[in-house]
Amino acid sequence: MSVSPIGARIPMVDSEAKVTGKGKYADDLSLPGMLVGKILHSPHAHARIRSIDTSAAERLPGVHAVVTGHETPVKYGILPIGHDETIFTSDKVRYIGDNVAGVAAETEAIAEEALRLIKVDYEPLPAHLHPEESMRAERNLIHDDKPNNIEKEYHHHFGDVERGFAEAEYIREDRFDCAEVTHAALEPHSTLAAFEADGRLTVWSSTQVPYYLMKTLASTLQMPEEKVRVIKPLVGGGFGGKSEVIPLEPAAAVLARKAGRPVKITYTREEVFYAHRGRPRTIVELKTGVRRDGRLTAVEARIIQDGGAYCSYGVVTILYSGQLLNAMYDIPNVKFDGYRVLTNKPACGAMRGHGTVNARYAFETQLDMVATVLGIDPAEIRRRNFLKPPCRTINDLRVLSYGYPECVERVVERSGWRDKRGKLAIGKGIGIAGSHYVSGAANSIIRSNMPHTTVDLVIDREGNVTLYTGAAEIGQGSDTVQLQIAAAELGVELRRMKLVAADTSRTPIDLGSYSSRVTFMAGNATVAAAREARQKLLSAVAHALGENAAQWTIENGRVFQRGEPRRAMSFEEAARLACGSDSEIKTTGTYSPPAEAQGGKYKGAGVGPSPAYSYSAQVAEVTVDVESGQVTVDRVVAAHDCGKAINPLTVEGQVEGSVWMGLGQAVQEEMLWEHGHLMNPGLLEYRSASTLESPRIETIIVESHDPEGPFGAKEAGEGSLAATLPAVVNAIYDAVGVWITSLPVTPEKILKALEEKRHRTESRSH
Amino acid sequence: MNNLNSTRITLHVNGKTCELEVAPNRLLLDVLRNDLGLTGTKCGCDDSSCSACTVLVNGEPMLSCLMLAAAYPDREITTIEGVASNGVLDPLQVGFCEEGGAQCGFCTPGMILTAKSLLEKNPEPSDQELREALSGNLCRCTGYIQILASVRRAIDLLREHQPQGVSQR
Repeated sequence: MSVSPIGARIPMVDSEAKVTGKGKYADDLSLPGMLVGKILHSPHAHARIRSIDTSAAERLPGVHAVVTGHETPVKYGILPIGHDETIFTSDKVRYIGDNVAGVAAETEAIAEEALRLIKVDYEPLPAHLHPEESMRAERNLIHDDKPNNIEKEYHHHFGDVERGFAEAEYIREDRFDCAEVTHAALEPHSTLAAFEADGRLTVWSSTQVPYYLMKTLASTLQMPEEKVRVIKPLVGGGFGGKSEVIPLEPAAAVLARKAGRPVKITYTREEVFYAHRGRPRTIVELKTGVRRDGRLTAVEARIIQDGGAYCSYGVVTILYSGQLLNAMYDIPNVKFDGYRVLTNKPACGAMRGHGTVNARYAFETQLDMVATVLGIDPAEIRRRNFLKPPCRTINDLRVLSYGYPECVERVVERSGWRDKRGKLAIGKGIGIAGSHYVSGAANSIIRSNMPHTTVDLVIDREGNVTLYTGAAEIGQGSDTVQLQIAAAELGVELRRMKLVAADTSRTPIDLGSYSSRVTFMAGNATVAAAREARQKLLSAVAHALGENAAQWTIENGRVFQRGEPRRAMSFEEAARLACGSDSEIKTTGTYSPPAEAQGGKYKGAGVGPSPAYSYSAQVAEVTVDVESGQVTVDRVVAAHDCGKAINPLTVEGQVEGSVWMGLGQAVQEEMLWEHGHLMNPGLLEYRSASTLESPRIETIIVESHDPEGPFGAKEAGEGSLAATLPAVVNAIYDAVGVWITSLPVTPEKILKALEEKRHRTESRSH
Repeated sequence: MNNLNSTRITLHVNGKTCELEVAPNRLLLDVLRNDLGLTGTKCGCDDSSCSACTVLVNGEPMLSCLMLAAAYPDREITTIEGVASNGVLDPLQVGFCEEGGAQCGFCTPGMILTAKSLLEKNPEPSDQELREALSGNLCRCTGYIQILASVRRAIDLLREHQPQGVSQR
């Protein structure tokens, strides 16, 4: 029997490099003659730049380059419709931390001194700091071409919500307010840029998107793409915070060009917080209509996101918040009004669970409110609204595999839900919720017809197998999963495999590690490349021996005629035989999402469609101290439908990490702003949880075997995050009978809600 | 500014003695990474929040971002590069590989060194003792579940090896 690496708990292939300290991250790299780059950030939230005088900085000994916005006029942005940033700004600053100038110097101290010597004459402007006020502004707009400081608004209506609400027997309306949170990956962003004598640029950077970075470097530096090479070393976590071009990346490159020497910029932790691109503060006004039996009749959402000063991924984020209200439950009528609003704060972008998290929290919490009023068990109201796949949702999302019902049953079972819900002592509670996420976006950001990913596979004469992929390992285990897939499809041992990844001059194009796309998309391309390589090798072997290729197979690196494993030849022999007079066998696999998975034709339809959706159901147990208002999460049981766990070890790691990040947002993390200043730009002040505040998380893997996924696999890295927030909030209701509609759930909010509840009870009893 | 005169310092790192000229205000983290090329010690925060820069000083975990390089001439400093011996991984390193304790890997060196210090003093820590020992080391990837499992795996490995008298160091 063959031992397939699919489904095996295999340690990540780069783990030894990480545990020994030998693996190199961007800031670990250096080059001869390398300079230190530093960026001058704006001290104003909103101001016009009257003039910049860099002459004193330029005269400082040890300074090799000073660059300002006048030298960097080309606009860029991750979305084609959102090109509103320049490497350095020249007309205005739009948030505290905006990028005004860069210097490259021999030491960090000299670079910092040079920044102090740059004189900028600012004319302060009124700052727009609150989204609901900003979207009414008519003057001093953040970008002249964005009236009312609205980056983008969408108005979707599927079915007929008026009819749906008319059919409802109970309607509930609530306003939810979720604070802004950020990725805070442990590795601060770092970029090393160096030019060759012939003008070619090489950039090593902490990026999730080497290909987009290469394109943006070429456009902003006005260079041909073939002269730009981006190499991704080890990346110390991303969570979306490195999924677009971050200002230090083109800044390092433009400084290196001007200085004529390599330049490295590494952000301080404070700069990381201000670079941000995290999850926006989101206000969700939600209205849900149900029949008495709990069946949903209509959902209407008005969602406002506080996007910060630049577009970033914003248009996609606001669309996700509306579009992914849909692919979990059967909702016949949906209306969505979404507003992505500009404010004078750092730009928000993509963060784990992109766009879906806060809307999911609101929806799943309100669903529990509804269930409570109707006297329906919260697990049961979810069952009554399950989709019946295969199907297309009302907004044209195609759903094939759907492990959500099994997720619900498994967490109900494991958590002891039936014995606990509504039956625990006062102060103890249990709550349930669900979430889902895309396995890659079916429509690429760059609106190109090229495949979303391409991988090359090479078998050399010695039987070594090398996979070339542009996919970006960022700690999630994608390199390992791709190798497992290739080894399984080819029929060889994992130890024979080597991976060359994420080097735009050496590896084929992959769009990057975002929207949980790599296992599904690069995985499918890997299957295709390996399948073809296997066929090529077997037919060459059979041909050389004058036999019929159909009779031949490869298992565990042994090549033999079916039924005659004892007469097998080694993979090395087979490779040599198959290569003949060639040096290698090379195949290419690609993946493009099928047309049926690409969604509808309406405006905004491009965001939300995916070839497959993951599902999660979670049960959280909490303790609420009614005296202090402190919430302690005691346990989370999370069931995640990842289609097929290629590597259960890394799937569990992804689910646990998602749940934990969701817990952070639920009970403690929050970016605190005052007058455009971030009040807590440090990991302790931001309250990133330690081992002592982190509960038991029990992961249950559910395998729904997606018909289009590689070996049936779907995403595992993001879909579990969103369910954690409402599961905790619903558990708090079970514990103390109050609904918390504002995140994070601080002790103050609990005490206020308990106080209000007491008043209501007292006034009713009088 | 770099106007402080360099001074000659001695450091004992991973069993080797290094003599070098550094400014007296330079931090041990900086000297390890940039003068000695020991980049396994990470800088995650600049303000002693995250403990990614943990090194062992005479066996005790300390934050190299808070230490002046010149102030430790007589101490034995261990960085992550000094944990494996002759290419044989320490049980903690094996545990972190096998149980998924290293996702992005950036907190891993500090985690392993902190755990190593704990296990040398207390080879059978309770869950609470383990959590307390690691509570200063922040991780954003794992939710700590697989990190705790990794240390538990190392404890099992150490226990298995002990009766045979096999050295763990």
